[in-house]
Amino acid sequence: MIAVELRKLFRRPRTWVTLLLLDALPTIVAIFLAVTDVGPRPGEGPAFLAAVLSNGALFPAAALAIVLPLFLPIAVAVVAGDSVAGEASAGTLRYLLARPVGRTRLLAAKLLAVAAFILVAVVVVAGTAYVVGTHLFGSHPLPTLSGGPPLSGPAATTRIVLTVAYVGWSMLGVASVALFLSTVTDSSLGAALGALAVLVMSQVLVLLDAAAAVRPYLPTRYWLAFVDFFRTPILWHDIGRGVALQGVYVAVLLAFAWANFTSKDITS
Amino acid sequence: MTAIRTTGLTKSFGQLTAVDGVDLEVNEGDRYGVLGPNGSGKTTTVRMLLGLVHPTRGEIELLGNRRLQRALPHVGSLVEAPAAYGHLSGRANLTLMDAAGPGSPRRTRRHRVDEVLETVGLAAVGRRPVKTYSLGMRQRLGLAAALLRRPRLLVLDEPGNGLDPQGIREVRDLLLRLNAEGTTLFVSSHLLAEVEALCTRVAVLDRGRLVVQDDLAALRARTGRILVRTPDAATAVALLDGRLADRQGDRLLITAADPAALNAELVAAGLRIAELRPEVRSLEDVVLAATGPGSDRIA
Repeated sequence: MIAVELRKLFRRPRTWVTLLLLDALPTIVAIFLAVTDVGPRPGEGPAFLAAVLSNGALFPAAALAIVLPLFLPIAVAVVAGDSVAGEASAGTLRYLLARPVGRTRLLAAKLLAVAAFILVAVVVVAGTAYVVGTHLFGSHPLPTLSGGPPLSGPAATTRIVLTVAYVGWSMLGVASVALFLSTVTDSSLGAALGALAVLVMSQVLVLLDAAAAVRPYLPTRYWLAFVDFFRTPILWHDIGRGVALQGVYVAVLLAFAWANFTSKDITS
Repeated sequence: MTAIRTTGLTKSFGQLTAVDGVDLEVNEGDRYGVLGPNGSGKTTTVRMLLGLVHPTRGEIELLGNRRLQRALPHVGSLVEAPAAYGHLSGRANLTLMDAAGPGSPRRTRRHRVDEVLETVGLAAVGRRPVKTYSLGMRQRLGLAAALLRRPRLLVLDEPGNGLDPQGIREVRDLLLRLNAEGTTLFVSSHLLAEVEALCTRVAVLDRGRLVVQDDLAALRARTGRILVRTPDAATAVALLDGRLADRQGDRLLITAADPAALNAELVAAGLRIAELRPEVRSLEDVVLAATGPGSDRIA
């Protein structure tokens, strides 16, 4: 079943257009930086971008920081929101379930396909950014944010891989929201926009000092904690909280999605 | 063995009881037709049989199995409209559908897909994406998907939808052939003629209740009256005094059991008989007598 879902996802032109667009933004940013040589001042703009001009090897991290606030969550919400609701509105859901494909099985296959999409998206963004960055800006051992000796070779690769994993895990939280909503409504658009509404709300509250009491529990609170991978030693505190928080969101929302989907009357 | 048996099958959506205590009994090898006006619960019943809608009360036994998930691999279905992924070809759709769910070995997949495409008359359609298909072609594709694993039971909701008269005839012949090879047919439709031409057993649903379930032949039994058309109607009325049920011009309806005896009696009296035959109820009479108006009529 998972093979079927992967084939459906990656044979869709839309999936590739999404990946292409995701890749385009950091690449365009890189080209502007390379041509004008005008970088954001340190401490301003997306994380790492100021440092990229002097070291292209840091660009994967910068590229992820560029797509993380909006582009990546939109792409993930669209794909995950479409997963069940899209089948329902196309009418194919009833034929799959009457096949019969068990509902739990179908939901698990959908989740794995979305997870595969997230992984591909994050890896492609990081990979392209590495190639683009090292070509345009040259590569040096990675500097770290906390001074310390620069990272080189395997150590640098490890931190990029950790970053990719952390960002992917954060996106799985987005996917869980969208997947749950996808089992509630028959409209893919509704599910995707609903998930985005949750994220926007979370972002607004994160920035609101009056909401400080709930801040540690907001889904987007620790998204940017991956910058801590580039400190020496790695600052695990926020990263650990981020991983655990997303884990709770993923577990609870998937449980809701499962409970709703398995008990639902399919009238689409 | 029974192909479908439901006992007290009931489904409520909030205040509305869509299906109310329905006891279906479909034997293996039957050609079983379910009739009823729009909103009478046909589709909800079909959805419950396929495990899409959970019954509020009641039991379903499919192919001798109370666990639907066990029986469904042997069931092919077409519910309301056919559905497919528009950006893929018909063949790619069938391949995906075949790969989903249990009991479809990869080795013979291509063969199975080719076979059903051939069966429904789509073999030559090629690589065109489904979104370019006509309504009739989509219906054929839906039927092909239903036939993929040589099901023992076919559950079809409005199988003639979108087809031209020629196509309807073709599909009917195909279904008759499959039935002759042992496939049980369960067809729901609001088209009387379609069910009358295809089915041997008929059920009628009305506002969620099963109001008729019988062999078509029994439903269309003689009414115990004989229709006589004669130019000598006035003489006949005088002769048959008391047995006359109805008269419209030269058409007489006479209460009598044996047409041959009646014929002999009339001819012996010197009457000229233009036509004489036992009156038979049409399926339409049966259904209209058993049902109220459809739920789409707002009185």
